[in-house]
Formats: sequence, structure tokens, C-alpha cells
Amino acid sequence: MRRGITATALVAALALAATACGSDDETGSKSSGELSGTVTWWDTSSVGSEDKVFKKLAEGFEKKHPKVDVKYVNVPFGEAQNKFKNAAQAGDGAPDVIRSEVAWTPDFANLGYLAPLDGTAALKNQDDFLKQAVASTKYEDKTYAVPQVIDSMGIFYNKKMFEEAGVEAPADLADLKTVAKKIKDKTGKTGLYLRGDDPYYFLSFLYGEGGDMVDAGSKSVTIDKPEGVKAFKAVKELVDDGTAKTDASDGWENMMQAFKNGDVAMMINGPWAVADTLTGSEFTDKDNLGVAPVPAGSAAQGAPQGGHNLAVYAGSKNLDASYAFVEYMTSVDSQATAAGELNLLPTRTSAYAKKEAVDSEIVGFFKPVVETAVERPWIPEGGSLFEPLRIEYTKVLTGQTTPEKAAKATGDSYRKLLKDWK
Amino acid sequence: MAVHTSQSVVKAAGENTARGRSRGTGTPPPTPGRLRRALSVHWYAWAMVAPVVVVIGVIIGYPLVRGIYLSLTDADERNVARSIGVNEIPATYEFIGADNYVDALTGSQFLGTLGWTLVWTVSCVSITFALGMALANILNRRIAGRSAYRMALILPWAIPGFVSVFAWRFLYNEERGLLNKILGGAGFDAVPWLNDPTWAKFAVIAVNVWLGVPFMMVALLGGLQSIPSEQYEAAEMDGATAWQRFRHITLPGLRPVSTTVILLSTIWTFNMFPVIFLLTRGGPGEATQILVTQAYKFSFEISPRDYAQSSTWGVLILVLLMVFAVVYRRVLRSQGDNW
Repeated sequence: MRRGITATALVAALALAATACGSDDETGSKSSGELSGTVTWWDTSSVGSEDKVFKKLAEGFEKKHPKVDVKYVNVPFGEAQNKFKNAAQAGDGAPDVIRSEVAWTPDFANLGYLAPLDGTAALKNQDDFLKQAVASTKYEDKTYAVPQVIDSMGIFYNKKMFEEAGVEAPADLADLKTVAKKIKDKTGKTGLYLRGDDPYYFLSFLYGEGGDMVDAGSKSVTIDKPEGVKAFKAVKELVDDGTAKTDASDGWENMMQAFKNGDVAMMINGPWAVADTLTGSEFTDKDNLGVAPVPAGSAAQGAPQGGHNLAVYAGSKNLDASYAFVEYMTSVDSQATAAGELNLLPTRTSAYAKKEAVDSEIVGFFKPVVETAVERPWIPEGGSLFEPLRIEYTKVLTGQTTPEKAAKATGDSYRKLLKDWK
Repeated sequence: MAVHTSQSVVKAAGENTARGRSRGTGTPPPTPGRLRRALSVHWYAWAMVAPVVVVIGVIIGYPLVRGIYLSLTDADERNVARSIGVNEIPATYEFIGADNYVDALTGSQFLGTLGWTLVWTVSCVSITFALGMALANILNRRIAGRSAYRMALILPWAIPGFVSVFAWRFLYNEERGLLNKILGGAGFDAVPWLNDPTWAKFAVIAVNVWLGVPFMMVALLGGLQSIPSEQYEAAEMDGATAWQRFRHITLPGLRPVSTTVILLSTIWTFNMFPVIFLLTRGGPGEATQILVTQAYKFSFEISPRDYAQSSTWGVLILVLLMVFAVVYRRVLRSQGDNW
């Protein structure tokens, strides 16, 4: 490892000497035109479907820059944030490039773990990026990441089961209940799988009642307003009356299995789940998978905006190659490939014009959903808002607390986390 | 094989406690002169031990002092020193005195978690002890295939803890787990093992008991074997019933072993991180969170990581266990045990 770094430094020094460029290091190695060294990339995409495509893409970068060795490491999404923090803080073992969930980016930037990207090779054709996608990459007027994919959520449904029950995709919560009841009567299966261990899957219900976690504009906590209480009530009702199945552990695994095997007719999910869903026995015929907007609540219809960025570690020994890698992975061609093979939504406007994106029904469906998706507050604490909410959300679903108490407890935790907020 | 080695270990432990007993009652208290003599005679041994003492001081003493110091500050992920590549960010946290302790002890979170931690510890230790005692008594008789039974009962101890816990997690899965499949086959409703607070508490205790019984059984079996059989013969001659023999020979005979294993097992269970963390992560909600898993959460799972609060909880855990050990010893001593 250390020898590798020395060798890299040596190569860089030689290249610098060879070009005899009088300027500083950075421009020096850039003007030499040849990138070299190792770029370690922590990918957090799901194993078995997404990872294969991204790995292949990364290998394409090696072909373009033969002297660069891309070390692809797949880190499970649930562990990546912690692992990166541990490594970054210790100053040892962090990757050069990390696929960062949108909420993590301001947090990492605030802690000083990320390299600012303004003016580097990582950011090309910035104007091409969707405005919503760029929002999460900025922290204190600097850019710390490049958007790789953008997403939102919708209802995934099993068309065969819907036909059998003679129902259409539900438009709002009342609809959802009648649809679920008909499905239960006709097929004996449960209507909806509602993840009980991840509050991200609660957000569309919260937005549906007109609520939100916080309002960054007025620096106030909004989860404990009446809208928040109503949202907790709404999900509790779904579980209590048998519309939805839920759980407090292994939620992702259980949800995917239940939906893939046809034990439930619907789940709320995003484009990232499509590739995995299509491996299920119910979906050997791809056309059986239907997608519809999330059901509206009493106030609105809203799904959260999510996605992933690529960020460069501030301590990277190989910044130039890392910048180039990030640029390559977020280029129009790479995004089109991801759209075509994985149905993931590009963050570049021009990628939507590519044949791969045009041909994908899922991309076509989610494009307008993303445009109207609810943006989350892009503050360093954005990611930290979920843990207090997770605890109370699970407590509501498992009957340990009331919606009112849950909303209040979450709000109290937020005010402790966000000093000086109302 | 495994049975033999484990037995000899326990026997040795039993002898140790027995020796401790006689030292307390038999020999006069050590005088400074004796200590000096011991030093001059055994200086070589002391020199050999010194490196170990130094290493222990460094790997246990330093973190301990550092942890206590951090618990008196407001250190979190944002204000501690860190070096990122070429950037050196200096520490900016401040000394705030006992505020963290006041917060912990006056807030509901620490006391609530402590309450469940105590329930968890007491139920785990008492159930494990009762089961271990029963099994040890059964296996102490001459029954056919005794060594095979002993082997089978040691097995949970031989498997790495995290492997067993993950296996249990699969068994407990509400939708696809074996336990619910069996219940379903018998016509019962599925049990939300890890999704309902009460069931989750039951589930974690069951797993910990399963993991802890082999140790109890082996330790108590060793103890049983050190009770002279003449005592039982004499009691039988006098016409004592099985219960009387158990009550008046077995229990007092096991005392040196059982007091030790209860103390050990209490300390282990109080801090039993893997079972809770790997099985439920403290959930659903915070229903099964014990003090150590919560301290871990402060330090590694939330953002920004709260090092000060985590070390405060760590210090409080240490103090609680120390108080427990001292009180436990006092009580035993007042009942005539000297160790």
C-alpha cells in the first residue's frame, strides 16, 4: 500500500519533470495529459444487479486511461456512511471516490472530508445537470459532489394481481384501502408492504398530509405540527386495518421477497429497486410490473427526491485521476448506460434524449415524478433527521406510542440536533 | 475432548476459590515484611511481569483516562482533531464539567435504558443459572450417552456468537422464518418475534439464554463433581429425600462456583453487545436497547457522532458494574464467604 503510494508519487514527479512545466503541481500533472495511479471507488449500489453495470462502466474508464487502475469496491449502502466516516476521520483507508447518498454529501462536506470540485475536471458542462440534482452537492457556496443518479418514489404494483382483483392503481389513501380490501377478498394476499424500519418510506405519507420534517427556510422544526401527527395516524391506520403489512427488522429483504414472490400486490419504492424486482419469479414477464405515483394524502401528493452523488475524498492521493473518474462516471454516456440497463434516472438533461433513456418505461415514468418531487433540506444535519424519526415511526407501527407522542418526541430530538431552530 | 478441557478449567477455578477460602480463614494477614521478602525473592518474576503491566497500562489505562476526560467535554465528530489528507483540523471541543452526567442522570433516556438493562440482566442470569443447574444435575448422573449429551449442550458455546445470532435472526423472521413456519403448520398465527416490543424482548433473552447455558452447565458440573460423594451417602443413610440432599448438600457445595459464575455472568450479560446489536439493533423503536448498545449508537451510528455522551454512558456503566461487584462481595462476605 505505502509502496504503491510512493511509486505513484514517483511517477507523478517524473511526469512533472518530463513536461518541465513551471506551474504548480495540479496544473502540472494535468498538462502532462496522462493520468496514472489507482482510484479506489466505493460503490453503494445493490449487489447482483446494479453493481455489475457500474463495475463494467468503471472498467471502461481504465480502457480510456490505461495507466489508471480503478479499484472497485462495493460497500453495502447501509454501512457505507459509517465506514467512510471511520476511515476519513482516521485519515487512513478512505476511498478516493465515494458514491454518496444525497443527504450524506452536506454532512461529509461540513466535516471536511470532501474535496471541493469547483474548477476541477470533475465538473464539466455544469449547466446540463438538472437543477434539483445539483442542490444537494452545494455546501457553503462550494460544490462537493457531482450528481450521478436522481430518483423519487412511486407505487410498484403487480399487474396480474390487480387484474385478478379488478382494480386500478390507487390515487389516494382512501383508494389504497379499497384496492387492498378487494385484493384481499379476491386473491387472499395483502395489498401493500410498508417498510417499518426505514422512515424514508414514510416521507410520501408525511408530504401527503402537507407536512415535512423541518423547514430550512425559516429554520423551524415542522414534524410535530398537526400535519405530522396526521401522517403518523395515516400509516398506523393502514397497518391496523390490514391494508399494509409492516415490519421492524430486515425490512428491505422482507419487502423485496414479498413483492417478488407475489405475497403482496404493492410496495412503495424507487427506480433503484427495479433491477432487483425484475429478478423475482412474479416478474419473469417484465410487463407484469406496473408503476404509479405514490397515493396522495389529504393535502397533496408528494414523493421525496433522492439520489446519489459522486464525491472525492479530500485526502485522496490521486486527486486528478479521481476528478477525471467522477467526470467520466457522470458523463452523458455513462448515465445513458445506467438508464438503459438499470432504469436509473440520469441527472443530465441531455442524457434523457439518448435512446437508452427514451426506451426505458421506468425512466419515462419517473422523469415527471422527479420534477415534482419534494426536495429535502440540504443541510449537514439532513441525514441525521432520519434516526430520531426511525425510532418513533417504528414505535407507532408497533404500537409502542401514539402518533401525537411520536410527533412530539421527534420534534424534540430535532430541536436538540438543530441548535437555535424554532 | 471439548468436555474434558472445559471440565479441567472449571475444576481449576473451583480449586482456586477453595484456596481463597482457606487463605482467608487459615493464614494470618500478610505483613509488610513479608511483602518485602517476597519482592527480594521473586524480583525476577516481577521483572518478567513488568512489560505486561506496562502494556495493560497503555491499552487499558490510557483509553480509560481518555474516556473519562471526554465525558467531561462536549466532544463530537465536528470538533475533535482530525487529519484529512493534508488538512490538519485542530480540536475545538471544550471542558464542560459534569454537565453530561447531569443530563444523563436527570433525563429519561438513561434511566429508561437502565431499567430494561436491569430486567434483561436479571432475567438472563437467573434463567441461565436455573437451566444450567438443572442440566448439570441431569448430566452428573450415570446415564447412557452422557458424553454425547454433554457435547451437544456445549455446542452453542463452540459456535462463534455472531454466527448463532444471525442463525436465530433467520429463525425469527416473521415472514419466512422457520419458527413461524412451524407455528403456521400447527395452525397458529405468525408471531412478530422481532417486530413487537414484548416479543422482541422475549426473543433477545431467549437467544442470550441459549448462548449462556453451556457455560453455566459446565461450570456447575465441575462444581458438582467436586462435592464428595460420601456426603450424599451419609445423607441417604440418614434418610434424607432427594430434595433435602439437593438443598443441604448440593447447593452449599456449589456455592464457591455459583457465586463466581453469577458474578461473571451478570457482568457479561449487562454488557452483552452482540446479541442485542445483531438481533434487533435495539429495536423495534428502542425497546431492546441496553446501555452498551446505546453508547455504541451515540459514538458510531448517529451523525454527528456524540463522543462525549457515549463516553459518559461508558463511565456510568463501569461505575454501575463496580458498585455491583463491591456490593455483591459485601453481601457474600456477610453471609460467611471469604473471597
